[in-house]
Amino acid sequence: MKHFTFRRLFILGIIVAAIICLIPTFFNTWPHKKINLGLDLQGGMHLVLEVQNEKAVEAEIERTVHELKKELRAEGIKHLGISRHKDNTIEAKLQGEESKKGFEKIISEQFANLIIPSPKTIADGFSFTLSLPDEERDRIKKMATEQALETIRNRIDEFGVSEPDIRMQGDDRILIQLPGITDPERAKDLIGKTAQLTFQIVNDDADVANAMKGNPPVGSEILFQNKRDPSTGNVTKIPFLIKQQVLLDGSLLIDARIEFDQFQQPQIGIEFNRKGARIFDRITGENVQKRLAIVLDKTVYSAPVIQDRIAGGKARITGRFTTEEAKDLAIALRAGSLPAPVKIIEERTVGPTLGADSVRMGLLSMVAGGALIILFMMVYYKGAGLIADLALVVNIVLIGGGLAAFGATLTLPGIAGIILTIGMAVDANVIIYERIREELRSGKTALAAVHAGFERATLTILDANVTTLIAAIVLFQFGTGPIRGFALTLGFGIIASLFTALMLSKSIFDLLLRNKKTSTLSI
Amino acid sequence: MQLIKSDINIDFLGKQKIAYAFSLILIIVSIGSLIIHKGPNYGIDFVGGTLVQIKFSQKVAVSDIRNGLSDIGLKDTSVQGFGQIEDNEYLIRTSSSETMADNLAQVIAKGIEVTTGTLPEIRRVEMVGPQVGKDLKNKALLAIFYSLLFITIYISGRFELKWMLSGVTAGALMAAVYFLSIFNVSMPFLIAAALVVTLAVFWTLKLKYAMGAIVALIHDVLITVGIFSILNLDFSLPIIAALLTIIGYSLNDTIIVFDRIRENVQGAEAKEALPQLFNKSINETMSRTILTSLTTLIVLSALFFLGGEIIHNFAFAMIVGVVIGTYSSVFVASPVVLAAHKKG
Repeated sequence: MKHFTFRRLFILGIIVAAIICLIPTFFNTWPHKKINLGLDLQGGMHLVLEVQNEKAVEAEIERTVHELKKELRAEGIKHLGISRHKDNTIEAKLQGEESKKGFEKIISEQFANLIIPSPKTIADGFSFTLSLPDEERDRIKKMATEQALETIRNRIDEFGVSEPDIRMQGDDRILIQLPGITDPERAKDLIGKTAQLTFQIVNDDADVANAMKGNPPVGSEILFQNKRDPSTGNVTKIPFLIKQQVLLDGSLLIDARIEFDQFQQPQIGIEFNRKGARIFDRITGENVQKRLAIVLDKTVYSAPVIQDRIAGGKARITGRFTTEEAKDLAIALRAGSLPAPVKIIEERTVGPTLGADSVRMGLLSMVAGGALIILFMMVYYKGAGLIADLALVVNIVLIGGGLAAFGATLTLPGIAGIILTIGMAVDANVIIYERIREELRSGKTALAAVHAGFERATLTILDANVTTLIAAIVLFQFGTGPIRGFALTLGFGIIASLFTALMLSKSIFDLLLRNKKTSTLSI
Repeated sequence: MQLIKSDINIDFLGKQKIAYAFSLILIIVSIGSLIIHKGPNYGIDFVGGTLVQIKFSQKVAVSDIRNGLSDIGLKDTSVQGFGQIEDNEYLIRTSSSETMADNLAQVIAKGIEVTTGTLPEIRRVEMVGPQVGKDLKNKALLAIFYSLLFITIYISGRFELKWMLSGVTAGALMAAVYFLSIFNVSMPFLIAAALVVTLAVFWTLKLKYAMGAIVALIHDVLITVGIFSILNLDFSLPIIAALLTIIGYSLNDTIIVFDRIRENVQGAEAKEALPQLFNKSINETMSRTILTSLTTLIVLSALFFLGGEIIHNFAFAMIVGVVIGTYSSVFVASPVVLAAHKKG
């Protein structure tokens, strides 16, 4: 009698492989792939951001308008106004055949990426409606999302989160998972900050109060400074009339770090690269005795009077920060600005205490449910019940091994899936055992009954499990986060229970019946 | 040990009328409740909104929480105790996902501190924007649709052992769905239409067993959804997962009974004996039907009572589904097959 048939070796091999896969989850050994806990179990934050990349297109159009004006000025061509429309097209109005010709020449030579339809005749001249081709728009949008992803990744890396998961989702969404984060609000602030730093001149020629009432002068806009009263905490908004032209922006920064002034107030020291330093040198030189506003995300932080030309390309951003705010702002500036604003469209945050509670309760119900089932099978089927119980334990080991081998994530619904599997795994044994009992009643010997039982029940068990497996596969395909965890454990559980019921249990029965040559069966 | 005696002989099909009446009442009540509540009570996963779970270190009055919320200008909120009373845990829901979204949880906690005198611990925040909600709803419906499609194809192929016909069914379904999707029909109607087409195809092709199984499936899912609607429980992503699992699992019992029916019918000759044959088959498999459901119900009860509040509704949906599914495999699926047999 051979004890080690091919089938038995195969079964043993599978179980040993599952155990080896499972070990790294508890001890740090080879193969180093372990079951990770989902955000709902270890606590953490799940965010989906939408990059408003239409704004990036808008910025590109603005830039084009600005350059077009500059070119026309350089060539001495007069125009009746060049402006951006809401649908991100550019309307240019020109007077006279000569300026029209000159305009067309500049456009075709230097702005070849624009779509140029033939001009319309309007009352006092010609009107061109220029637009970006669709592919160009899509490219800008895609780049904006990719760049936003990269920037956010840099910010999170500097912020210091272990094992963050940041990836693109669709065309304009970014998925961020930050396990174990302790201060979700601060992380959200840092991630969502556009960090668009600009240097602009304060328009002191017009009256702010006057501008607030009606239309501000052309080329200027009203921006506010937030002043927080340290004693009451109230914030007052101080209006500034700022010239819209951006003289210098944060893209030329090489460093931003937190510093403290003589009163131990945190501030941010910034340093420009050589090009930035040269521009800074020039604009400070050209605007002596004017106020230079340091604007961050459309909010004025300070607007000091330029006393003298500033060389060296160093500046400071002051403004009653807390140390944390200043630190995060420095990170954001260093990592660069987002090419377009982002909006949080989905957030799921689980505190660490709730996660721990979920783990505890999940394990408790798993142990309780498992113990009840093991007891039930033992009482109901006696010896055969013990075999089913052994199969059940192996089943759970197999699920664990499978999860670990795939480096899968265990979520709370995932635990529910394992619990459900415990109940469903013994179903296969029940179907087989009931059939065996039936065969025994019809007068068959133990061995014959066992054989007939397995043989006749196999197809039924396969069928019954295929339908549940279909549900699990579809769920895995369409599910997100925790639900995927459920689909995964359910799927592994079904496959494992097919294996334990149809192969493992059968082998054990074979082994017992052949060796002892018993004719009675404890079932 | 034996729970169900091996010589059990109950006239299940004789009680067919009572069972039909019972099922019909359940279905009517379910549909009625769904109509009154204007569809399932979708949670924030599907309609968007914000949910904040807070925990106090001491007892607070719910009215104080409500006052705190209205003081910070939050309208359309609901406050609900969560878990055991001594946990002092509450769920705050608001339809708002846009305004103040960036730190809504903090704003809520601070606002509540003013009126209750204690700063609650924020244990969980879930915010779903309207667009994401729409996407998730679509995905959920697609998941339901595809699992129904695949299971239908499998059942028609497997029960009848006619894979050609199952191919025909699949083709008809795909064609119908494609035709309807041209007219931009909304997903729930698409699923309903697909089911009607499936039943019609099974009827014309005389796929009796497959038809019985699908009728039972619709019965189970409809009643589970109905009970959730009657009890006004939230329809969330985990509930969809439960529904799909029910779709897969409730077929298990049906398959066991059907296999036996076919086994017994094949040996029989006269048509008059059919009801007895069906009864015999159901009785023979009764202990299996009861035991498999029982083991599943045992673990689900453990999950329901010990698994914590978050998984509570999921466990409840599964329990309802398993019970209804067991009932329907005996009292819905088999009678439908019998009726189809009688017709020819």
